[in-house]
Amino acid sequence: MTVKLSANDLTLIRGESCLFKDLSFTINAGELLVLEGQNGSGKTSLIRAMLGMLNFESGEVLWNDIPINKQRQEFHGSLIWLSHRTGLKKDLTLQENLHFEGAIRSKLDVDQSQILKKLNIFDLKDLPIRSMSAGQQRRVALARLLLFDAPIWLLDEPFTNLDDEGQNIVLDLINSHLSSGGICVIAAHQEFNINASKIKVRL
Amino acid sequence: MIAENNNHQPSMFDAFTGIMRRELLLAWKKPGDALNPLFFFLMVCTLFPLAANSSAENLQLNGPGILWVAALLATLLSLNSMFVSDYEDGSLDQILISLQPLPLLVLGKIFSHWLISGLPLVLISPFLAMTYKMSSDIYGLLMTTLMMGTICLSFLGSIGAALTVGLNRGNTLLSLLILPLAMPILVFGANTVSLAAKNEFYTTGIWALAAYAVAALSLIPYITAAALRISNE
Repeated sequence: MTVKLSANDLTLIRGESCLFKDLSFTINAGELLVLEGQNGSGKTSLIRAMLGMLNFESGEVLWNDIPINKQRQEFHGSLIWLSHRTGLKKDLTLQENLHFEGAIRSKLDVDQSQILKKLNIFDLKDLPIRSMSAGQQRRVALARLLLFDAPIWLLDEPFTNLDDEGQNIVLDLINSHLSSGGICVIAAHQEFNINASKIKVRL
Repeated sequence: MIAENNNHQPSMFDAFTGIMRRELLLAWKKPGDALNPLFFFLMVCTLFPLAANSSAENLQLNGPGILWVAALLATLLSLNSMFVSDYEDGSLDQILISLQPLPLLVLGKIFSHWLISGLPLVLISPFLAMTYKMSSDIYGLLMTTLMMGTICLSFLGSIGAALTVGLNRGNTLLSLLILPLAMPILVFGANTVSLAAKNEFYTTGIWALAAYAVAALSLIPYITAAALRISNE
């Protein structure tokens, strides 16, 4: 199975301002795309536009050489997106949240309690998300990366709210995902250390 | 991790039951929000006889209309919340990029909305009909028409809720969008019950409501799904 994500001459305009113009990139299996830029430079907008939630002014994104707007469902089925909002229901418990996500995403054949232990949130599994700290909620969102099966990871500021241990977990996850042939897109304003071939895009 | 042999692809049935389970659990954990329409319905229906002329004849005459208007307004009251919390906590984003067809997930949301806010109104309506001294022969008809009517309203309302999800204070706009489309439901529903109470021919209204419900059930999930994609920019 080939894994290739590429973009040709993307231009995105929000309101009056042009966020980026003629942006192109190609990432293959095991490669990492880093989106750099200040707050408001369009990192999140680029990710949302790739997901079809915003329209590019011109240009197109290709997944395995087929434009993604011709294969929305397949593209969505092959990615995991961690946005700055956790996407968890605050009144439901950790397990109830993950149960629902399991119904709309393709699950890996893994032991859920092992993964929760690895992320250090096993003891919280019956607590409502509302009662957790911001960092703990973030870790619950990270559990998606380990529970569900997708070659593309879109991570929007994955290190926010996490302590040193949490940040190291994220780095380990990304490293093992890349070495097993996945693709990763990270929007981050801080430096981080990953040993993989890296493509940087400055917005 | 890319290997495709060791994963479980959830079926469409899993998706439908998954979202129903989630919605019902949320309602169970926040019963106050879920029961709001029911309390509104009860209050309006019990206050009317106190304020208006409460002769048996007058109550019988106006009962069907009052019950129907109260049910319509109670449902409208609950529509705004259908997608707003999902929008605010980001779970709508996750639903929009799921592997499953969006209209199916939307159907699950609408159906659970009806179970939570529409069905209780239907079940309580015979007791309120009793206070309006309506003949017990038409309780069944009242419940049937209210059931079809509230189903139609939940479906119809989902379009408005989806279109106004990103707006602050979309509630008024939502009512304005939905009310014109909801008028036929009110007219057919209330008049069917009135005609039956007067022992006149009433089946036309039932067929009209049923046709409306079937059309809503089959078309609206697609419309609402498209509206959600537009609103979630």
